[in-house]
Amino acid sequence: MKLAKEVLQGNVKAAARLIRCVEDELPSAIEELKILYPHTGKAYIIGITGSPGSGKSTLVDVLIDAFRRSGKTVGVIAVDPSSPFSGGAILGDRIRMQRHATDDGVFIRSLASRGCYGGLSRATANVIHIMDAMGKDIILVETVGAGQAEVDIIDFAHTSIVTLVPGTGDWVQTLKAGILEIADIFVVNKADKDGANALKVELQTMLHMNAYSSEAWKPKIFLTEAINNKGIDELVEGIYQHREFLVATGKYDAYLREKGRLELIEVLRSSLMDHVLRIANRDDYLDKLVDDLVSRRTDPYSAAGNIISRLMQERKS
Amino acid sequence: MSLRAKQSARKIRILVAKPGLDGHDRGAKIIARAYRDAGFEVVYSGLHQTPEQIVNTALQEDVDLIGLSCLSGAHMYLFPRIVELLKANKADDIAVVGGGIIPEDDALKLKTAGIKEVFLPGTSLSEIVNWTRANVKPHHYAERD
Repeated sequence: MKLAKEVLQGNVKAAARLIRCVEDELPSAIEELKILYPHTGKAYIIGITGSPGSGKSTLVDVLIDAFRRSGKTVGVIAVDPSSPFSGGAILGDRIRMQRHATDDGVFIRSLASRGCYGGLSRATANVIHIMDAMGKDIILVETVGAGQAEVDIIDFAHTSIVTLVPGTGDWVQTLKAGILEIADIFVVNKADKDGANALKVELQTMLHMNAYSSEAWKPKIFLTEAINNKGIDELVEGIYQHREFLVATGKYDAYLREKGRLELIEVLRSSLMDHVLRIANRDDYLDKLVDDLVSRRTDPYSAAGNIISRLMQERKS
Repeated sequence: MSLRAKQSARKIRILVAKPGLDGHDRGAKIIARAYRDAGFEVVYSGLHQTPEQIVNTALQEDVDLIGLSCLSGAHMYLFPRIVELLKANKADDIAVVGGGIIPEDDALKLKTAGIKEVFLPGTSLSEIVNWTRANVKPHHYAERD
């Protein structure tokens, strides 16, 4: 409980340590999170996703700068992929943000995806809570380099930004389902490159094909050169407009409720799984079922049924 | 077909950092890559970092080890300064090692100044990885669980 108390006072070291405990799923972290939860729900969360090399980290760097200039404190969660083989990772996003390393109003934390394939890591929800409880006004969540289907960010961000760069595909890409559907804001970065305006037109055409109801948010498109700090003020203004829209239409509250529900179900799912696996592993029962699977004496459905029966018997006795 | 690694295992976290003004980071990148392949989570600082930036990064990232690479000759100032700042932040449970173009005499002095190990030119990657496995433990377990 010691860490939670320090986190509430804004202590970086305690927050960093608690994040570590959350990532490694130490049981003690749950007790700390219970204390923090009532103090969360205040930060505004902005997701930044897009393909590798599209300038997400550089964009985060200039957004930190913009929010700091208006006096806001900022938390950054930067996710990079874990190796599926060694389990190791290179966390390189913050290279672009190091000028903020000595600013007390900025807390940057890199996370490895650790086998999660939606563009984030399993710990993301709780790391957001920890930064929120520290009192950060704005939390920027940068996903792994995302291709087409890594859309988990919409479950966490109030405003989702999708970054694109010119020259990475023709019109058929804008017809596809997935990542282009999740943007509240599109950023066409590296806008000094050929094709930036053409890409903007493609996106506009795509958006025109959507049948927006009158009360729906229509995604905005901004051209930026993040590395030259160009177009950033307009982008920040667009983020604020989106936030005002969410609040004015009551979508913000509806969103918080939906997020609460998702989080509860997720925690329920993982606690149930832990419980079930504990019982399934007792006396090497799970291993014996795997032996039976390999030798084709049973099938995965019957084996799962056997584990569930075991669980039910446990409840009765 | 290949078996995937277990992802929820308790990971060692390392900051590979380039203090000072030298712009040669091929070595740092190779070390970072070797650590990645050894299953560690490696934060790379990028070039031209001040000791303050490096220490703040280590605190925010809760790393167990800082690996410093310096080829500019300023290691006798930069390395001990980082150890000093860690102490000032009550974070001396973070170990510091260094490498680069460092004379053997300097290496000895750096060790008395609190640098845990200095890897001189010619050290193999497996030596560095093995040293790290043997000497660095995820430090959040000692006090918890």
